[in-house]
Amino acid sequence: MTNKNPLKKKVGISDTNLLLVITIAVFLVMYISAVLFLGSGFTKPQTFFNILNDNAALIILSCGMSIVMITGGIDISVGTLTALVCMSCAVHLDYQGGSVLTAMLLALGIGVAFGLVQGYLVAYLEIQPFIVSLAGMFFAKGMTTIVNSTQFNVAHEGFKALKAIRIYVPFMGAVNKKGVYVPAYIEPGVVVALLLVVLLFVLLKWSKTGRNFYAVGGNLNSATMLGINVKRTKFIAHMLCSTLAGIGGFVYFMHVGSGSVSHAAGAEMNAIASSIIGGTMLSGGVGNIAGTFFGVLSLSTIKNIVSSLGLDEAWWTNITVAAMICLFLLVQSLVLLRKNKKK
Amino acid sequence: MAKNLKNGKSIGSMLIGLFRQQIFIPIAALMILVIFNLIADPSFFKITMGQNNAGDPILSGYLVTILNNASELAILAIGMTLVTAASGGQDISVGATIAIAGSVILRILCGAAGPRPETMQAPIFVAFLVACVVTMLFGAFNGALVAYFKIQPMVATLIMFTAGRSIAAWINNNQLPVIKDVSFGYFGNYIPGIPVPTPVFIAILCMIIIALVLKFTNLGLYVQAVGINSHSSRLNGLNPELIKFVTYVIMGLCVAVAGLIKVSRISTINYSVIAKDIEMDAILAVALGGNALGGGKFSMTASILGAYVIQFLTTTLYKFEVPSDALPAYKAIVVIILVVMSAPIVREKMGKLWKKIAPKKAVKEA
Repeated sequence: MTNKNPLKKKVGISDTNLLLVITIAVFLVMYISAVLFLGSGFTKPQTFFNILNDNAALIILSCGMSIVMITGGIDISVGTLTALVCMSCAVHLDYQGGSVLTAMLLALGIGVAFGLVQGYLVAYLEIQPFIVSLAGMFFAKGMTTIVNSTQFNVAHEGFKALKAIRIYVPFMGAVNKKGVYVPAYIEPGVVVALLLVVLLFVLLKWSKTGRNFYAVGGNLNSATMLGINVKRTKFIAHMLCSTLAGIGGFVYFMHVGSGSVSHAAGAEMNAIASSIIGGTMLSGGVGNIAGTFFGVLSLSTIKNIVSSLGLDEAWWTNITVAAMICLFLLVQSLVLLRKNKKK
Repeated sequence: MAKNLKNGKSIGSMLIGLFRQQIFIPIAALMILVIFNLIADPSFFKITMGQNNAGDPILSGYLVTILNNASELAILAIGMTLVTAASGGQDISVGATIAIAGSVILRILCGAAGPRPETMQAPIFVAFLVACVVTMLFGAFNGALVAYFKIQPMVATLIMFTAGRSIAAWINNNQLPVIKDVSFGYFGNYIPGIPVPTPVFIAILCMIIIALVLKFTNLGLYVQAVGINSHSSRLNGLNPELIKFVTYVIMGLCVAVAGLIKVSRISTINYSVIAKDIEMDAILAVALGGNALGGGKFSMTASILGAYVIQFLTTTLYKFEVPSDALPAYKAIVVIILVVMSAPIVREKMGKLWKKIAPKKAVKEA
């Protein structure tokens, strides 16, 4: 893309690609060194698939977060929104006799409703996105308790069948200690997540709406002068983010199969961290969905590495993750500062 | 109160004048809450003299509770206002660094005597000073990332947000120290003989200090200059990086004070729960004060008032027996209403509407 069009280079798209390359490189280095030095667990493909299984919802949330961040906004309500979706679906299935299909629609509906309100407040009333989504976060948190305050596992038959679906990956299985071949599998949520990643990647890269996101985030005034409908673009971004949070919420629900107030606690910060590691900048205009995908993978790989190193004390995970975010930020900052100086 | 009575006399002109002022938002919010409580249950404002377990006289009542519990938030709002104004972003790590401050204080007080010492191993003052230094260092870390590496504040402080509570647990080796000495509890509860809770005095002291600093130094002016346009402030001979850096260090100091109050209240610490979500409330206080979260001009009074409004709201909701877990939902609705009301676009439209409704009168009086 960059080489074909020399004009685009100056607009800052090359920043996006540069940061993407750094992210992918770091992820590969990390994973390969884990395979080389830690051995056993990481050599099995299933370890990798488990990372996907555990983080399918986070991938979806992070994609939404990246889109909002590219337009220069932020949405910190996605984590508690996920919890709200889980709890609502669980109550709907078990206490109201709903079907899986209506639960899906409910999840989507909650996401869309949040998106409509937050998008309207941010885009058309020009309230800071941080405050709007802060209120959204509080609201979702409180609503979850109001819907149901105790944790419970869903007993709905149809849903249990859906939750038990495994998609087996050919040729990737491993032979366990007893000599039995265990096929590698992924959960349906992963397929949803991957499809969404590809879809959003295409949307951001080649569609008009996608390019508008970058334009609005890069420079609001120039975007206005170009005749882009800034308000609508911001509205769409927030709408997309909350809708994706609704979908992500259902994927999370499929993974855990229960409703709880504490589900997905802190997911918004994980999503922001993944986006940052993936090369999206909070100031807007720079970012890439593919990077975000690798950001999520890097984040959970480092967590896996820490736990497999035997550093069991709970604090090490958080401190390492923080150190990693710090490292990425410094690298990004140095790369961009140096580039700007060259100009 | 006297100010509002005066407004009552010439409501038309004063309202328009007040409407344009930044401090209007928190005052209006406070008035709405006060009126709501007056109508719903006037006993909300009753203050009685009671006795605590030790037999000392203490004041009790919802108003005292509000003043007491809002202390930490008000102190944090001071730092958050400066950080927001100078760097155009917020410090989301304050809750986590409060945990660190509390952990450091307890660690010093316990010394080598294990997690449950009979007596304190060091003077409280020393422990507090060490905590100040530590939190200021963490503040400096955040400040350096923001000012010199040009990382967005929210992202830079995300690092400490993630690691802070873990570091706090690490400092005390994940043990839960308990200080048995009564005098340690003075900072968070009552000093015998004084019926007003100590945090109120600490908060007032902090406010006086920041008022004096803003009055007699150029800090306020410089912070605003950097926040409005850091490039032109550089052309005017300021050092925008240093000023941003300094605001984060001040924030660290505020965190240490808030941390002392927090641990003193319960004489122990719970790493994952202490000061949880307080960063969100502190940012909310700044926003409720009508300060632009994008930096620039600020009003310290409005921010501090905002902190008390939030606590007033929380206490009101508790009084009406809203379960603590469901509290955020109601809070969110109130926040949205307040923020929508104070949004420039909405205010403009409301101003136009006001002129249409009372066209001649208001203009004449003005």
